[in-house]
Amino acid sequence: MTNSFSPDTIVALSTPPGQGAIGVIRVSGPRAIEIVDYFFKGRNLEKVEGNTVHYGKVEDESGRVIDECVATVFKAPKSYTREDVVELSCHGSPYILEQVIQLCLRGGCRLADRGEFTLRAFLNGQMDLSQAEAVADLIASESEASHELAIKQMRGGFSQEIQELRQELIDFAALIELELDFGEEDVEFADRGKLEALVEKIKSVIKRLLDSFHLGNVLKNGVATVIAGRPNAGKSTLLNALLNEERAIVSEIAGTTRDTVEESLNINGIHFRLIDTAGIRKAQDEIERIGVERTIAKIAQSTLVIYLFDVTETKPEDLWSDVERFLEGSKVLTAKSKQIYVANKMDLNPYIKPEEYYKEGLISSENLITASAKNKMNIEYLKEKLHQLVVDDPSLMDQTIVTNSRHFEALNNAYEALDRVLNGLQSGMTGDFIAMDIRQALHHLGLITGEIHTDDLLDSIFTRFCIGK
Amino acid sequence: MYFCAMFPEYDVIVVGAGHAGCEAAVAAANMGSKVMLATMNMNTIAQMSCNPAMGGVAKGQIVREIDALGGYSGIVTDHTMIQFRMLNKSKGPAMWSPRAQSDRMMFAEKWRLMLEANQNIDFWQEMIVGLVVKDGRAVGVKTGIGLEIPAKSVVLTNGTFLNGLIHIGDKNFGGGRAGERAATGITAQLEELGFESGRMKTGTPPRVDGRSLNWDAMEVQPGDEDPGKFSYTDTPTLTKQRPCHITYTNSKVHDILKTGFDRSPLFNGTIRGTGPRYCPSIEDKIDRFAERDRHQLFVEPEGWKTVEIYVNGFSSSLPEEVQYKAMRLIPGFENAKMFRPGYAIEYDYFPPTQLKANLETRLIKNLFFAGQINGTTGYEEAGSQGLMAGLNAHLAVQEEEPFILKRSDAYIGVLIDDLINKGTTEPYRMFTSRAEFRILLRQDNADIRLTPIATRLGMQHMEDRMMRVNEKAGAAAAIQKYFEEASVTPEALNALLEENGTTPLKQKVKLKSVLSRPQINLDDLRLKVDHLDHFLKSFDAESINLAEINLKYEGYLVKEQEMADKMNRLEEVKLGEHIEYDGLQSLSAEAREKLNKLKPMTIGQASRISGVSPSDISVLLVHMGR
Repeated sequence: MTNSFSPDTIVALSTPPGQGAIGVIRVSGPRAIEIVDYFFKGRNLEKVEGNTVHYGKVEDESGRVIDECVATVFKAPKSYTREDVVELSCHGSPYILEQVIQLCLRGGCRLADRGEFTLRAFLNGQMDLSQAEAVADLIASESEASHELAIKQMRGGFSQEIQELRQELIDFAALIELELDFGEEDVEFADRGKLEALVEKIKSVIKRLLDSFHLGNVLKNGVATVIAGRPNAGKSTLLNALLNEERAIVSEIAGTTRDTVEESLNINGIHFRLIDTAGIRKAQDEIERIGVERTIAKIAQSTLVIYLFDVTETKPEDLWSDVERFLEGSKVLTAKSKQIYVANKMDLNPYIKPEEYYKEGLISSENLITASAKNKMNIEYLKEKLHQLVVDDPSLMDQTIVTNSRHFEALNNAYEALDRVLNGLQSGMTGDFIAMDIRQALHHLGLITGEIHTDDLLDSIFTRFCIGK
Repeated sequence: MYFCAMFPEYDVIVVGAGHAGCEAAVAAANMGSKVMLATMNMNTIAQMSCNPAMGGVAKGQIVREIDALGGYSGIVTDHTMIQFRMLNKSKGPAMWSPRAQSDRMMFAEKWRLMLEANQNIDFWQEMIVGLVVKDGRAVGVKTGIGLEIPAKSVVLTNGTFLNGLIHIGDKNFGGGRAGERAATGITAQLEELGFESGRMKTGTPPRVDGRSLNWDAMEVQPGDEDPGKFSYTDTPTLTKQRPCHITYTNSKVHDILKTGFDRSPLFNGTIRGTGPRYCPSIEDKIDRFAERDRHQLFVEPEGWKTVEIYVNGFSSSLPEEVQYKAMRLIPGFENAKMFRPGYAIEYDYFPPTQLKANLETRLIKNLFFAGQINGTTGYEEAGSQGLMAGLNAHLAVQEEEPFILKRSDAYIGVLIDDLINKGTTEPYRMFTSRAEFRILLRQDNADIRLTPIATRLGMQHMEDRMMRVNEKAGAAAAIQKYFEEASVTPEALNALLEENGTTPLKQKVKLKSVLSRPQINLDDLRLKVDHLDHFLKSFDAESINLAEINLKYEGYLVKEQEMADKMNRLEEVKLGEHIEYDGLQSLSAEAREKLNKLKPMTIGQASRISGVSPSDISVLLVHMGR
C-alpha cells in the first residue's frame, strides 16, 4: 500500500510520455526543493521565492551535464498539491527525462502512484468534489489500461523469469518462516550456508534485470521493426511521419552498417526500434547485392516488418513476388517476425482497391493498411496496429519489460532489502529480524508481480513440509 | 413474545461455555454487564476437547494478550499447568512463545470456579435451540424446553456443536464432542435469517492408558528448568513438573494404517468439511508425505494424577481397530490400552466475512460470534475472540463505540482483521507469519501494549495490573538510560568480545553500543562489568529483559513502528456502512462487489480486502468528500 498520507516526496513525469518537445517532471513533498536543488546547477532553489522560474543545468553525481532546463518553484501551500513543488521543464527526450527522474529517486524521492499528485491536492483540500470525481475516473481508467498491459506482459517469456524469481523468493521466505512458526516440528531446517547461497542467487537474477535497464539497452532492446520496400516506396517519409507525429525520438543512432538507420519510437509505453533499410530490388551490381543481402539479414533479425509499397507503381503480382523473396531469404533465420503491409501513396491514386493486393495466407485486411506517408494519412492507425501486435503477442516484447522506472525502482528496492537479508544472515541475526527484510523484498517485488500474501508463504510451507501434530 | 418470568433481562447472553464462551462471559461481566452463560452441560465448562495444552508459537502470545486485557485464560493456565516451556528460545524475542501442558480436569474446574466467583454471571444448563430476533436485533434465546430468556445482546460460541457429526471409520453419529450431543436448530434459523454457513472438519487423537505404556522406550521431554508463566498477575510458578515423552511411528505402523484407508471417511468422501493443513491426521500425513518413514509423536499426560495420556500427532478417523493395531507397533505402545479412539468431527461454521470488526454480525444487530463458529481452531484463538465479543457486546448494549484492536496492536487484531476481511477456507490458526509487525507484538510486552487500553475502556480490577505496567515501563526506561550514559572500558570487555567473535574496543564506549552487537547479550555484559551488575540488582528480570530488547533491536523496532504508523494512517479514515459502492463507477467491478459485501469500516480495512487494488483505494479516498 503506497497510497497514504505519508509526507514523503514524490516525483513523476507530468507530461504524457513521448508526446512533446518539452517534458515536465513534477516533484512534490516536503523535500522537493532540497532534492532538486542538489542536482540543479543555477540559482540556489532553497533560497528563492515561491512562484518563481529559474534557468539552470541538471548535472548527475559525476558532474556530467544531462540537460539544460527550467525549474519552477512553488512553495506550500501555494501549489497544485499544497505542498512544496518543483516543476522541471526539460527537453522531451525520454532518455533525458528518465535520467532526471532517476536523479530525483536517488535523492530520496519515491515514484508517484497514478493520480497521486491529484490525490494529494484533493486530500489537502485543493479541489472540489466534481473535479475530484473526474480524477477518480481517470485513475481508474488509466490503471485499467496499464493493468491490461501488465497482465499481457506477464505472459511473455521475460516475465516468466520474474515469476520464477517471485516463486524463489516465496520459497526462501518460507524456509525462514518455517523455522520461526514451526520450530517445534520434526522437519529439517535449511542451514545458514544454504540460505546465503539462495539469497545470492536471487540477488544475481535481480542484478541482471537491473542492468538491463540502462538506456542503451532500452534502445537496443526495443521491438525491432524493419521498414522495408522498394527504393521509391516512401520509407523515409513514413519513418519521418511516424516520428514527427510522436516527436518521440530518443536520439539518432547511426546504424552499424552504412545502409541502415535506427530510430526509436514510443507508442503508448512500448519502445519500437525502427530500422530503415536500403530498398529491396533486383541486384544490379555487386554493391547493391550486398545492400540487399544486408536488408534481408536485418529483416531476419527483426520482430516486426513494415513492408511498404507504392500503389501507383506496384502491381499485385510484383508485391507478392517481392514479399515472397524477402520472406524466403529471411525464413531460415526467423520464425516469429510479423508483417504489416502499407499501401502507400493512396493520395495519388485513391481509386485503388486494397482487396486486389490480398493473397491468402500472406496479405489480408488484417495486415494491410492503406496510407499516405506524405499526408500523414492513417499513420495513427498504423501506430495502433503496431501497438496492438505487440500487446497481443507479448513474446515480441520479451526484452522490454524493465524499461519502466516503476519496475526498476521496485527491483532496486528488492535488491537492497535482500542485501540486508544477506548481512543479517552473515552476522548471525535471528530469523525474525531477517524475515522483516525478506518481507520488504517480497513487498517490492510484489509491486511488479502482484501482492504476495502470507498465504503464499504458508502454502509453500504446507506443500513442502509435513507439518502438524 | 413470551419471556419466562424466571429470568431478568440480561445485558449479554453467551451461548456455549468453551474457551470463547468463558472469556466472553468474563469480559462482559467485568465491564459491568449482567451476563447469562448458557451451556448444555455445566460439567464440561472450559473443556480442553483436544490436547491438554495452552500456548505455543503465536498462540502463547495470544494467551498473554488475553491476560493483558483482563481475560482469565492465562490465570487459569498458570494455576493448572503441569509443565511449562518457552518455545523458540534460540530465536529472537519476538519468537519466544510460552506453552504449557495443563491438567485437563483442574483447568476446567478452575475456570468454573472463577466464573462462579463473579457476581455478574448467571448460569443456565440447557441446549439453546434458537435466537429471539426482533426488528433485526437479537433480544434473547430459546431453550430446548421452550423457555425464552430475554437479553439486550447475544454472543454465540457454539464450537464444534452445531450439527456436529463424529466419524470413526465408516461409523458416524451426531455429537458435539466425544460423549456429548450435537446442537441443532441454530444453523437452520440463522440460514433463514440470511446467513451463509459452511462445514469444517477437525480431529483428535486417541487417549490411552498411561499404565500400559513402556516409558523407557521413549525420549523424555522435560519442562524448562526455570519455568515461566502466562499471567502478568501474581499467579504461582511451577515448582515441580511432569515430563512429556517423544516417540515415532515407523513403516510398519504406516502399513497397518493403510489397510484402513478404504474405510477412512477422509479418503472415501464421507467427510466434506475442510480440515486444517497444519494439523493433519496421521493418515493424511502418510498419504501426502509418502517418502517419510516416520512421524514424531508427543506423548502428553492429561494431568498430575490421572493416567490418561494424549497421543499428540496421531489424530485419526480410521476405524478404531486399525488405530489400535497400528498404535501397538509404536515403540513404547506395544501393550497400549485405549481409553477411546481418535475421531474426526464435522461442524457448521459461518464464514466470518459476515461479521463487523467488533465481531457483531452485519445482518442482526447485537448478535456476536466467537470461536470455531467463525472458522477458527485453537483454544487461544477462540478465547481471544470470546473476550473481544464479550467486550463489544457490553459496549453495544451501552451504545458505546466498538473496541477494535489494530493489526499493529495485537495478534488478536491480526486474527479478527484476517477473519472479517479475508475469511477462511480451512480452520484458521494463528501463525506469527500472519502478523506484519511481529517484532512489536511480543509475549514480553503484551501488558504494556494492551493493559492500558483495557483499563481506559473501563475493565474492572485492572488497578494492580496498571501499577505493574507502569513499574515495568519505568524500570525499563531507567535501565535503557543507564546503557546510554554509562561507559565501559576495553580492558573490561575485550576478552569477551574476542571470544564471541566480534571486534575488540579501542577506547571507552557507551554500554549501549556494545549491546547492539548481535554477538553480545546483556547477561554477558553483566558478568564482565561490575557497575552494570550492581546497577541492575535492584531491577526484576522482566524489566531488564524488556530494556535489553528495546536497546538491542532499536533499529528494527523503530523501522517496524514507522511501517505500522504508515499503515495506521489509513485506519483513521472512516468509511462508514452507508457508502453506496454501486454508485462509484470508477471502482473496478470486483472491488465494488467486495466492498458492498464486506462494508469495511476504514480505508485501511478496505485496502486489505482481496480484489481491492491500490487504485480502488485512491478512488475511495477521492470520494471520501461525500
